[in-house]
Amino acid sequence: MSWLLAGAIVLPLACGVLGLSLRPQRAMQQWVSLVAGIGHLGIATALLVTVWTDGILVVQVGGWPAPFGITLVADHFSSAMVLITAIMGVATIVYALCDIDQRSLVKDFHPPLQALIGAVCGAFLTGDIFNLYVWFEVMLIASLALLISGGRKAQLDGAVRYAALSLVATTLLLSGIGLLYGMTGTLNMADLHLRVQQVENQGLLSVVAILFIVAFGIKAAVFPLFFWLPASYHTPKVAVSAIFAGLLTKVGVYSMIRVFTLIFTHDVGYTHGILLWTAGLTMVTGVLGAASHNELRRILSFHIISQIGYMVLGLALFTPLALVGAVFYILHHIIVKANLFFVAGAAERLSGSSDLKTLGGVYREQPLLAALFFVPAFSLAGLPPLSGFWAKLLVIKASLASQQYWIAAVALAVGLLTMYSMTKIWVNGFWKARPASTAKPAALSRLNRALLLGPIICLAAITLAIGLWPGPLYDLAERAGHELMAPSNYVEAVLGPSETAALGAGAEVVE
Amino acid sequence: MEAVIAVLVGVLMASSVYLMLRRNLVRFVLGLALISHTANLLIFSSGGLQGRFPPLISPGELEPVPGAANALPQALMLTAIVISFSVFAFLLVLAFRTYQRLETVDPDAMRSAEPVPAEAGTNGSVAGGPQ
Repeated sequence: MSWLLAGAIVLPLACGVLGLSLRPQRAMQQWVSLVAGIGHLGIATALLVTVWTDGILVVQVGGWPAPFGITLVADHFSSAMVLITAIMGVATIVYALCDIDQRSLVKDFHPPLQALIGAVCGAFLTGDIFNLYVWFEVMLIASLALLISGGRKAQLDGAVRYAALSLVATTLLLSGIGLLYGMTGTLNMADLHLRVQQVENQGLLSVVAILFIVAFGIKAAVFPLFFWLPASYHTPKVAVSAIFAGLLTKVGVYSMIRVFTLIFTHDVGYTHGILLWTAGLTMVTGVLGAASHNELRRILSFHIISQIGYMVLGLALFTPLALVGAVFYILHHIIVKANLFFVAGAAERLSGSSDLKTLGGVYREQPLLAALFFVPAFSLAGLPPLSGFWAKLLVIKASLASQQYWIAAVALAVGLLTMYSMTKIWVNGFWKARPASTAKPAALSRLNRALLLGPIICLAAITLAIGLWPGPLYDLAERAGHELMAPSNYVEAVLGPSETAALGAGAEVVE
Repeated sequence: MEAVIAVLVGVLMASSVYLMLRRNLVRFVLGLALISHTANLLIFSSGGLQGRFPPLISPGELEPVPGAANALPQALMLTAIVISFSVFAFLLVLAFRTYQRLETVDPDAMRSAEPVPAEAGTNGSVAGGPQ
């Protein structure tokens, strides 16, 4: 079964290379990308099913035993993330068949997109912390290529900000990894879990933990490190924005959850206390930023930030229920957020504007699109019976159970402000009559319309299904959350039972 | 030796932060190049800097000689250098293209992505909904 793990990373990367060699034939490039995307979806589904039935799946690359070689690990959390990534990949490729067609100025879309998907899956599946850094860099280069392709002024401007802050983040991550290696002498995350308990200078460990918080915090766009996100996410093509909005920040959150459940649990009161404040401030600043904007994608960009707050909140509370909530939140959010960007792009294509001042009449002219906006928008705000309601319920219930009443109040208030923001889009963009100054764009062909609306319908259906039958996803999130809270299973799967027992005994002696 | 490297890392880090805080894209890019070298030096020192034996395994033995140097940080550095080299090349091109298209290297003057000041005054009226 080890080929499943490697395949989830290698297939998209190989397809990216193949796509580059097919550069002059853009039609061919599209079809190769689509086929690879569907194949990747198959692999990801098989991976999740295998993990669900057989438990944590581990591959030692090249046959080098852990902790000396690079390890790939798929537990419930990471395999669920890989599946969501594959779903997003297929949806984006289909949407891009119309959004970035063969006459588009954006000449390089599919190869960097596939590289991005491969790198994201690599970051989810790796069990080696230096390898994680490498995947972050691959992800960065692929996303920069997507961000600037087309070369409009705003894109270059956004890319400068994005590149600058991301590179500072990866440098901090690298420094943190260097210091951690200096203290423990290992890079394998399971091995790190055991060895950090033996580090004498626990204060220095907290310093390294802060380096990781800042590095992953920039990637995840938490307060006060989020300024690159609203500066860049609205500038490229909609298909690019959507996959960025769905996946990139969530890789930061995923890594944060992984590292702060597996490695840095020595001083939970301090590190997770910082995360709690960060979560609250991220929720509030994000939603207030959204309230002050009028361009659809800029509003949605600020909502990404505010929603990241809820996920970090789940980690910061550090109880089993809170982590279940965080996992549920991430899985639901990726689908909803990418779908909202798709809807914003479709509204722009079909109605001629993406600014609330000049947009109008979508409800009258495109009733189907208006209905499709309703599902992700009010799921984001947390309206029952949509998926966001269950996600918010879990996180808020966990904060009440931990007696953090103020953060529960903040989370509820931010939900209300999200509702205000979505209502603003609905009233100004969809409900009011089309302003006379805005010209109606030429009607799209039936095929192009289907290519735009198809992914939106599928993702909205998933959101609705999660909302009406939250049971299966909750079970998955519950397993993932309990695995995260009790890392001994993960450690045992990677290092083997004997090694764990020996080192565990050593740790007890030191204590 | 470690103390010297520690001070050097500190000085380099401070210089690169200073460079990155200047309102000039070119200086910013140079600052980023410098900060990645600083990180490499930090990793280098994490392997220990005493004059040790090379990590070779003599014939018939299964382990290197006791007190041998740790070679892994150098392998990590090598990876990091290659990555930062390619990223630096990308950044130089990006900075040059940005200068060509936007005709400035002052990040404060780049307002193509976020044209805030012109719109700031009119936000309130639309946020209130259709009157």
